[in-house]
Amino acid sequence: MKIKANLISGRTANQGAHLEAKTHKGYFDACAYCELNSADLEKLGASEGDSLKVTTEFGEVVVFAKANGGNPDGLAFIPMGPWANAVLSPDTHGCGMPGFKGVPAEIEVTDEKPLDMKSLMKKYLED
Amino acid sequence: MPVIKDAVCSLCGSLCDDITVTVEDNKITKIENACILGHSKFVGMFEHDRIETPMIRKDGELVPVSYEEAIEAAAKILVNSKRTLSYGWCSTSCEAISGAIKLAEETGSLIDSTANVCHGPSALAAQEKGSPSASLGVIKNRADVIVFWGCNPVHAHPRHMSRYSSFSKGLFTEKGRKARTMTVIDVRKTDTAKLADKYVEIEQGSDLLLVTALRSIVNGHEDVVPETIAGVPKAEIIELAETLKNGKFVCIFFGMGVTQSRSKYKNGDAMASLISDLNQHTKAVMIGMRGHYNVTGFGQVATWETGFPMAIDFAKGYPYYNPGETGANDLLVREEPDAAIIAAADAGAHFPQKAVRHLARIPVIQIDPYANPTTELADVVIPSAIVGIEAEGTAYRMDAISLHMKKLIDSKFKTDEEIVKDLTVKVRELKRGA
Repeated sequence: MKIKANLISGRTANQGAHLEAKTHKGYFDACAYCELNSADLEKLGASEGDSLKVTTEFGEVVVFAKANGGNPDGLAFIPMGPWANAVLSPDTHGCGMPGFKGVPAEIEVTDEKPLDMKSLMKKYLED
Repeated sequence: MPVIKDAVCSLCGSLCDDITVTVEDNKITKIENACILGHSKFVGMFEHDRIETPMIRKDGELVPVSYEEAIEAAAKILVNSKRTLSYGWCSTSCEAISGAIKLAEETGSLIDSTANVCHGPSALAAQEKGSPSASLGVIKNRADVIVFWGCNPVHAHPRHMSRYSSFSKGLFTEKGRKARTMTVIDVRKTDTAKLADKYVEIEQGSDLLLVTALRSIVNGHEDVVPETIAGVPKAEIIELAETLKNGKFVCIFFGMGVTQSRSKYKNGDAMASLISDLNQHTKAVMIGMRGHYNVTGFGQVATWETGFPMAIDFAKGYPYYNPGETGANDLLVREEPDAAIIAAADAGAHFPQKAVRHLARIPVIQIDPYANPTTELADVVIPSAIVGIEAEGTAYRMDAISLHMKKLIDSKFKTDEEIVKDLTVKVRELKRGA
């Protein structure tokens, strides 16, 4: 089962508290997840902590599932950081700013596990 | 043991200047008044992954070298590069920024700040329509109507509401939260929205529609507004327009929800027009919620030194500015730079994959106190002292008020200012040799 979602990214207090500690597991825990509301998680058959694969036209990334009752249906949130940036839009529409909010995405449950920060960055060096 | 009062927190753009720091044996052992972000920065520095020594990548691995070797290797990269991107310079002092601009001029580089992925569109909006603003002190003392639009201070600027806005008590707002109406406009019910008197949920990417509808109503043309716009019923928009018009002093704080969503700088542009319209009825201002503690300072220093606030290209020998062409991300996505220097910011973590992919292919010089995703891609790594903790300097708060950051403890690391100076000297030396 896949759902279509509108993907946004943004700050969270935990992400901010790990700004200067990005090699720590706390940063991974603070950023490598995707929030959906419970109804959307239910559609996917996912519980909190399950792995989700988020795919956009720019790439794919595996993150943990998290519930957030504040999200309207079909709105997905990944905290700003390298996991979100694996799938957000590099297009600046000619004004300098990439597309960090409002990227169409497909989300599904996967058996894969999210990559830690160093493994995720290593993929860029291997490309 | 020394207790330092009124230290400035060098984390977010709120730049809280009331932090009490206890220092024992050159270590910070206690912090008072800081939020979770500030506390983590001040106290966490002894637990975090500091870059302990300068490093150069050899056979794929970063190996320790001296400062002199790292500076020389970095200078060689800069001298051999035909198109260098210099990016970041926002978690550092204005003094270091000034040096970085000089280095960019010396090397014919393009220099850009973190505004490229933050409030860059707000700078464009200000250039289009102006930026009717006020100091946070004025907001604290006067603003009775506060709007947070596309921003979430509970998470991103945790002490903003208690020090400067919703909860603060000022001269004409002595009742604090009770004296103020707080509205949150966002695409999801955030923790900030939960504290608001009124939460307006809009469809993601429709900010410009809502600003335009508000302008129509404020200007007496509510007949042209459809029954629902931006996912919000017309009656709710009329109510919001009335709240804004009837306020004695209105401040709209806006964040990434406005600058990064569809229409980007046109959202801020329209918002400035709305502020102008509101000023026909009352007093109204807008303030961007700046992220890095001195991203505002970069804009200030760059503007007085080059005439432009960001995205400044020195390739032609004089400053040239055209964001969309000279923005850091545009440059990387076009695969244009053949080298990059990234300082006091983390492009590896905060740029989209296509830009990071190009960074991975070119020589990268990193100047930073901490290891982060950029370190994984860097070829020369130069550790620096933490400004506001181990080095003093000037920073500008989100409302463009300058504050002096104190040095709290000694450090074995060079400051950003010193590193940039050393690099510039070495670059000149190599160029003369050539």
